[in-house]
Amino acid sequence: MDQDAHTTPTDRRYTAEHEWIKQEDADDTFLVGITSFAQEQLGDIVYVELPKVGDRIEAGQPFGVVESVKTASDLYAPVSGEVLEVNAALVDEPQIVNDDPYQGGWMIRVKAEGTPSEGLLSAEQYADQIGE
Amino acid sequence: MIAAMPDLESARTVVTAGPQPEPLLSELSHAGAPGYRLPTLDVPEADSLDAVLLREDLPLPEIGELDVVRHYTHLAQRNVCIDSVFYPLGSCTMKYNPRVNEDVARLPGIAHVHPLQPDETVQGALELLYRLQQALTEITGFESATLQPAAGAQGELAGMLMIRAYHVDRGDARRKKVLVPDSAHGTNPATAAMCGYYTVAIPTDAHGEVDLDRLRAECDDTVAGMMLTNPNTLGLFERHLQEVTSIVHAAGGLVYGDGANLNAILGVVKPAEMGFDCLHINVHKTFSTPHGAGGPGAGPVVVSELLEPYLPTPLVVQGDDGSFALVHHRPKSIGRLKGFQGHFGILARAYTYIRMHGEDGLRQVSQTAVLNANYLRACLADLYDLAYDRTCMHELVISGRRLREQHGVRTLDVAKRLIDYGIHPPTIYFPLNVEEALMIEPTETESKATLDRFVRVMRRIAEEAADDPELLRAAPHLQPVGRLDEVTAARKPILRWGAAGSEE
Repeated sequence: MDQDAHTTPTDRRYTAEHEWIKQEDADDTFLVGITSFAQEQLGDIVYVELPKVGDRIEAGQPFGVVESVKTASDLYAPVSGEVLEVNAALVDEPQIVNDDPYQGGWMIRVKAEGTPSEGLLSAEQYADQIGE
Repeated sequence: MIAAMPDLESARTVVTAGPQPEPLLSELSHAGAPGYRLPTLDVPEADSLDAVLLREDLPLPEIGELDVVRHYTHLAQRNVCIDSVFYPLGSCTMKYNPRVNEDVARLPGIAHVHPLQPDETVQGALELLYRLQQALTEITGFESATLQPAAGAQGELAGMLMIRAYHVDRGDARRKKVLVPDSAHGTNPATAAMCGYYTVAIPTDAHGEVDLDRLRAECDDTVAGMMLTNPNTLGLFERHLQEVTSIVHAAGGLVYGDGANLNAILGVVKPAEMGFDCLHINVHKTFSTPHGAGGPGAGPVVVSELLEPYLPTPLVVQGDDGSFALVHHRPKSIGRLKGFQGHFGILARAYTYIRMHGEDGLRQVSQTAVLNANYLRACLADLYDLAYDRTCMHELVISGRRLREQHGVRTLDVAKRLIDYGIHPPTIYFPLNVEEALMIEPTETESKATLDRFVRVMRRIAEEAADDPELLRAAPHLQPVGRLDEVTAARKPILRWGAAGSEE
């Protein structure tokens, strides 16, 4: 396993439910995915259910489901907004989320309304939460 | 084969030539060996079907009757079931199903009645249903019962539809939210969603119980109700249950009881007295009717006076003259859920079990189930981490965290290795809030000798994890097939049989 692909990046923020959110060049667009800790807890991911482009997501509410051989788990939106794009590669190759959770395993691109909620964690705070 | 249960020593040796997988019927097929011959045509031949409806390429197996019988006999002999092995599948209550249930279900008056017979010709059958309604309300402390739902999940749906009907009937349309503990069975939020509600998960506190502060924070005038299992899915009794139900009631919500774990409390405490407004009962768990496998089931629901008007129809009632009748017309009922009178044969088995035990017997069932689980808890506590170190009810949740950290062996590997020792694995990776969870429910019908053997096997597996972790990671070794590739099966499922060399 490429360790670098699983180190908690400092260029983004995190939810207590193990999602990450990364601001892109345009101020109001963000990428959302799940952390390496999350993919490791889930085990081999077999299916990712994502919203449709144009759907509205609501901060703190489920926007999709990730299913592994062990369990199915809701994905919680770190921000409210409109879905601009979903990662189509995950349909055929959900294991990208296991292999490369912070880059290739991104899930949705969101045009945010307002700023992401204040409860988000820094990389350091998130690492503390998961006991790293 | 399962029949020859390996002892501890022989299972240590990895057998290279174990039993072979049973071929598929299609693989046993020989061209020109059909098992059935159509009778001679003795009616005028009809015009042949339209050519577009005919095909030449349908590869049905051709195989003699005896070989078909042997095929299914081989499969049946490999069936891992409560009649063949210890089956401590947590949350499923895999108790022995007494044969007397089957005797009763096969009595001609029970097996051969027709659901459309006039009431006056099936008084005995209706009396059985009526008495079962009474027995279930007595055991649980509620007012009334429906025997209609065809399974626990449909019982859940019935219960939540009644709660919804109650709110709608009062003209209260604000209630959109159902609270569910994070340790709940997945069916609970699914049921709430089917009833048009959204769910909010209430976290578990440090003692394995509902977090009261978080519950209070969520209880506002949009709460339709809460769905709760007690004992909960961690096998723990919710000690603050009356406070929990009071908080929900004070907000105007009702409390739905998931009866999945009723086997722990028969004759000891009544769910109605804990503050539940209704409860479904899994008769295949608590009252020893056969477990699913696609066959008929039953999920009776018992309710308080408040919900009685909304019960599904028909109900069995007794008239002033002592006769029994089915009541179909109840204006506020949520309606019919199931054809006819529910699964009568299953209900007859549950009634038999209840009457064979009586009040004292049922209490002993629960006391022994709880004792057996706590015996295992005490015997395993030094090797496996207890999720919560308290007296448990009828099941215990342990964590394989230590084996994973020290030897890189996961709970899945422990479960697969148990198969080699002739034991059906416990439930694993549930509840979701316990890492590397193993959920073990021995039930009351197992002897101390069986429990002791299970403990010896679990200790041996922990030793194997230290000595030879690869042995566990590749388990099982003594079965017709070894470790299945569940990941590929889930990611790229093959859903149709294809002959060797074909595309699929």
